[in-house]
Amino acid sequence: MRFLFKTSYAQDLRLAKHGGHLFWYGLLGVALLSAPWFTPEYWLAQLTFVLIYAIVGLGLMLLAGYTGLFSLGHAAFLGVGAYTQAVLTGMGWPFFLSLACAASISAAVGVVVGLPAMRVKGIYLGMATLAFGFIVEEGFARWESVTGGNSGKTVSMPEVFGVPLDSAMAFYFLCLAITVVCTLVILNLLRSPTGRAFVAIRDSEISAQSMGIHLAYYKTLSFALSAAFAGIGGALYAHKLQFISPDQFSILQSIDLLLMIVIGGLGSVHGAFLGAIFLISMPQLISLGKDWLPDSVGQSPGLQGLVYGVVLISFVLFEPMGLYGRWLKVRTWLQMFPFYRQGMFKRQKSFQKSDRLK
Amino acid sequence: MQFLQLLVSGISQGCIYGLIALGFVLIYKATEAVSFAQGELMMLGAFCGLALMTVLGFPFWLAVPATIVAIGLFGVVLERLVIRPILGQPVFSIVMLTIGVGYVLRGLVTMIPGIGTETHALPVPYKDMPLRMGELVLSAEQVVVIGATAVLCLLLFALFRYSKLGVAMQASSQNQLAAYYMGIPVQRLNGLAWGLAAAVAAVAGLLLAPITFVHANMGFIGLKAFPAAVVGGFSSLPGAIVGGLVIGMVESLSGFYLPEGVKDVAPYLVVLIMLMVRPNGLFGERLSKKV
Repeated sequence: MRFLFKTSYAQDLRLAKHGGHLFWYGLLGVALLSAPWFTPEYWLAQLTFVLIYAIVGLGLMLLAGYTGLFSLGHAAFLGVGAYTQAVLTGMGWPFFLSLACAASISAAVGVVVGLPAMRVKGIYLGMATLAFGFIVEEGFARWESVTGGNSGKTVSMPEVFGVPLDSAMAFYFLCLAITVVCTLVILNLLRSPTGRAFVAIRDSEISAQSMGIHLAYYKTLSFALSAAFAGIGGALYAHKLQFISPDQFSILQSIDLLLMIVIGGLGSVHGAFLGAIFLISMPQLISLGKDWLPDSVGQSPGLQGLVYGVVLISFVLFEPMGLYGRWLKVRTWLQMFPFYRQGMFKRQKSFQKSDRLK
Repeated sequence: MQFLQLLVSGISQGCIYGLIALGFVLIYKATEAVSFAQGELMMLGAFCGLALMTVLGFPFWLAVPATIVAIGLFGVVLERLVIRPILGQPVFSIVMLTIGVGYVLRGLVTMIPGIGTETHALPVPYKDMPLRMGELVLSAEQVVVIGATAVLCLLLFALFRYSKLGVAMQASSQNQLAAYYMGIPVQRLNGLAWGLAAAVAAVAGLLLAPITFVHANMGFIGLKAFPAAVVGGFSSLPGAIVGGLVIGMVESLSGFYLPEGVKDVAPYLVVLIMLMVRPNGLFGERLSKKV
């Protein structure tokens, strides 16, 4: 175990705390960069989806995990980004310009949704975002001149600076680059005053307010940023699938996104990535497990929902910090090896606080 | 006449929303949690009734109370096993937990071989009996829905107004700690609230089944009951029913008078407007924090 004695603020703010971080993340970077050469096409596509979902997850993590506002309609932002990208690239706009547009239009929509967040809290906010998600989904289906309605819309492969990215490998690198940029943005945001303000709002609105944090401004900002990330993810998603239709951005997708960050670990950047890996690999794992089950169970369409539900329930009950929390425990056990104590991560009992008076 | 006809069908649909919303409100009032599994409990109620009637051959009048009791007990067990361990944690955890419960219930029902993936008709004695009142045509199913909702509301009202149990539940919902000091078994009452909510959901399922058939995804109607609960105010029992009626009528009228597609989003538009105008709902209690 490595002990860090921080003696200056600069040390506290450093992204890579020590050489070990640099080494392991460097190794991960090398692995990701060389991945296309030794992974089969199918797995490369899955890896690309993991990256795309991780971008969306980072955005939702900022909102739900760090600001404490949860959105039950996040797939709508994903959809706004995807459709914006599809329409603009269809009109011949360059990739990065339309990506920026997708992000900013999503962010603008996010501000509109964030406005009720100033007045309502907790479950009421959930209802507002749920309602918004339904309305946007219906809007995609009805605005046929732009979105193609329920029959969907095809999206071309992206063209970056005049170079068409028509291979899976090229698109993977594009996604990887954008993911790295997004992650750095999130990490830097979180150690900035803005990020601290978000966390303060999550922990206690009243004390945040009394420290001079403008609640309405920061809550709306959080919605906008979160929506922008979802928009970027949506744009890449549209390019990857090359076909989008309203039912990809339904309320079930929103719930899947929430499930992703809860299982990944709320309130951690790692959690967004772990959650994305979980969400993408789960169907594969289930189909692997199917062969071991009797046919009547294994072939049932309900199996996937059942497994998702059981995993979600057990994480909320036994591991509220999600996959990242599990990893923390394993790491601590390894670091402290003979001295690990049973109750180190015990959840503290807390009294129920009334939400009505918050 | 057309208008009246639409209104009545809206009311009967609204009663279903109201009953599911009652479940949300019962749980919210008692434990401040919001159950996203309410629609699935309703689906389970419909399937339970179906199984009792077709597989076990119960007569209708016996199957209904049996279903209500069974699902009510299921609600109590659910609270004890899943919800109670994380009481006191943020609302978000409980929401995710109930979403998980919803997934599990839907998955389990779908996995019943041969039954779970099909749609079924619930054999009820009052099927296909249109009632005419002047020019107004009502199906017996709609009349039963409206009547049963009214009876259930009266029963719940009597429970909360006159029985010791109801008064204790009110007390614990207003201030759990104070109620606990007064000797009220708050935890047991929480379990009871979940059981009651599940039983009400089962009633909604049994009432809805003859109208829309029984299938594993019928629980998604629960998502439309959220607007009902918000419109009425999340902490008011009569509000839930009124909210349900409002949502049902808005949906039915907008389906006829407004362009296609508005019907599906009308409840959500109503909610957004409601949250902007009166975030506490029509009957919601207004509390202010004193520091």
